Amino acid sequence: MTDQSLAPHAKPRLTRDHLLGLLRQMVRIRRFEERCGELYQQEKIRGFLHLYIGEEAVAAGVMACLHPEDAVVATYREHGHAILRGVPMTAVMAEMYGKAEGCSRGRGGSMHLFDVGTRFFGGNAIVAGGLPLAVGMALADRMRGRPRVTACFFGDGAVAEGEFHESLNLAALWKLPVLFVCENNLYAMGTRLDRAQSQTDLHLKAAVYQVASEAVDGMDVVAVEAAARRMTDAIRDGAGPQFLECRTYRFRAHSMFDPQLYRDKAEVEDWKRHDPVARLSAWMRETGMLHDADLPAIERETEAEIEAAVAFAEAGQWEPVEDLAKDVYTREVHP
Amino acid sequence: MTDADITVAAASRTITYRDALREALRDALLRDERVFLMGEDVGCYGGCYAVSKGLYDEFGPDRIRDTPLSESTFVGAGIGAALNGMRPIVEIMTVNFSLLALDQIVNNAATLRHMSGGQVSVPVVFRIPTGAGRQLAAQHSHSLEGWYAHVPGLRVVAPATLEDARGMLWTALQDPDPVVMFEHVMLYNMEGTLDAAAGPVDIDRAVVRRPGTDVTLITYGGSLFKTLAAAQALAADNVSAEVVDLRSLRPLDAETVLASVARTRRAVIVDEGWRTGSFAAEVSARIMEGAFWSLDAPVARVCTAEVPIPYPRHLEQAALPQPAAIVAAVKALMGA
Ligand SMILES: Cc1ncc(C[n+]2csc(CCOP(=O)(O)OP(=O)(O)O)c2C)c(N)n1
Repeated sequence: MTDQSLAPHAKPRLTRDHLLGLLRQMVRIRRFEERCGELYQQEKIRGFLHLYIGEEAVAAGVMACLHPEDAVVATYREHGHAILRGVPMTAVMAEMYGKAEGCSRGRGGSMHLFDVGTRFFGGNAIVAGGLPLAVGMALADRMRGRPRVTACFFGDGAVAEGEFHESLNLAALWKLPVLFVCENNLYAMGTRLDRAQSQTDLHLKAAVYQVASEAVDGMDVVAVEAAARRMTDAIRDGAGPQFLECRTYRFRAHSMFDPQLYRDKAEVEDWKRHDPVARLSAWMRETGMLHDADLPAIERETEAEIEAAVAFAEAGQWEPVEDLAKDVYTREVHP
Repeated sequence: MTDADITVAAASRTITYRDALREALRDALLRDERVFLMGEDVGCYGGCYAVSKGLYDEFGPDRIRDTPLSESTFVGAGIGAALNGMRPIVEIMTVNFSLLALDQIVNNAATLRHMSGGQVSVPVVFRIPTGAGRQLAAQHSHSLEGWYAHVPGLRVVAPATLEDARGMLWTALQDPDPVVMFEHVMLYNMEGTLDAAAGPVDIDRAVVRRPGTDVTLITYGGSLFKTLAAAQALAADNVSAEVVDLRSLRPLDAETVLASVARTRRAVIVDEGWRTGSFAAEVSARIMEGAFWSLDAPVARVCTAEVPIPYPRHLEQAALPQPAAIVAAVKALMGA
């Protein structure tokens, strides 16, 4: 991160407190996910586990611009989004374990975190499946005259799905208040972007649908926030949907089952030099905004929060098997 | 507008199934401002089966919402709107095209409540025309209701009568869960008399449409009238057939079916789906599980021939369940 990259839009928010907040949020995701990786090895967390490590700047930058009444729709790589949205880490961790105290009562697991209280609407494991939902949520707000934004996170892989195109078209046609956030980490599982897309400049696809769009360095949390803030402001002003392509990278495998045969170690190492956490802290240190005691303090707080979450999950209960058929229907229905 | 305003007209009148559906839509739009209709050509065009004709002029483009040809997204948008406080009615032109939206219906509408640990409900109604008989060939004629009935989290209903066409929609809208409502395309022009006060109907229970003592004919939707015709023909031969209209495929009111079969000791299921893997197979299995010892004969099925529906009328009609085939199936059971 250089002064130049920050210069154009970010000035108003470059206070020490605000930047420390962003740093703290990224560290929370990073450490939480590292701990999840360990818990997966210990078989405490099962099923698929998709880590977000390397991409934290996207969630941190965008979430900073959302209001409590806004809604968030995310994918299966959504732990960071859930936590930054305000879902208690305890409830997220318990969900990872599958415990009844989890934010989805253990029914969803890592890919299906839900929390209506913070307006976090999943947790969708169908690639691009969340986009139409976000369009509909925004439609409801629009029809009810509620000045809210629906933020929809998805990967570059989703761009190849028909639903991506249908959703952008519909959102633009009806001028719906959706912020589409494409987390372009260059890979859909093992398929590199240029092997899946004839046009790899993804924000251009949105432009075709008359959706205001831009690409930002997704490893630069300040750049992400600045762009997201402009876009959420525009949405709130009635400008219709906006599309933010965040160019980022995941440092870990796609999921815990992925031997990563499709990319060089050197490529990963190269991207790690852009680590969003290291980058922000180095820059803050350079400009005198990060004091020596800050990071250790953030790390300590985060560790305590995570350990409390693990303890909460460990102490959680397994839902009784007698409740298996609960919550299939809102009313009790005997099929 | 109050309920009283809605039920002003005379005691009963002649009306078509299509008109009954339109009245139901209108009623719902008037009663609840969260209700809106969305789909391809539901607005300016008037609905491809003319069900929503006139509503666009009355309610405007916001509530009678024409969509692009984007089944997956407008269906998903209906789900999203339901999640966010609306009561959308989403029309899909035919069940054949609903396959493009199957992901949203099965992976989102049906699962969100369970995956969220009961935090959300999805109060959306999907209206889907189904069935054959208009020589529209294979891509416009199939009956895939059974596929939807396979999915926990969905409710699947099929109004066959004018009362149900008029009343099921409101009941479905009152349901906090996603309801898929199948309208058989051959019923739209059906005419009959309907009580002016006709209103919401139960969508949980099957009903006996014709009482009988010798055999139970079980059906739903577009096959009801063929089955009633078969029952009438059988009566001429002194066979007394009871006709059960399932109305709801999920949840399935097995109680009503089993009670009838326990009395008549014989069952024939009539279903416009293909026999293999059909909804009729499910009903048959329920009867085996629940009434095997009261049966005097194996359960029989009259289904659509195992072909994509052909275009020529004679082949189309030959593929579909017909009264003659129902009569023959019953006679075979009776050992006649
Ligand atoms: C409709 C659908 N097809 C395939 C998959 C299997 N799948 C899971 S994740 C994934 C890659 C998606 O990549 P991307 O959208 O770029 O997101 P990322 O995992 O990189 O965050 C695939 C193919 C799926 N979940 N849904």
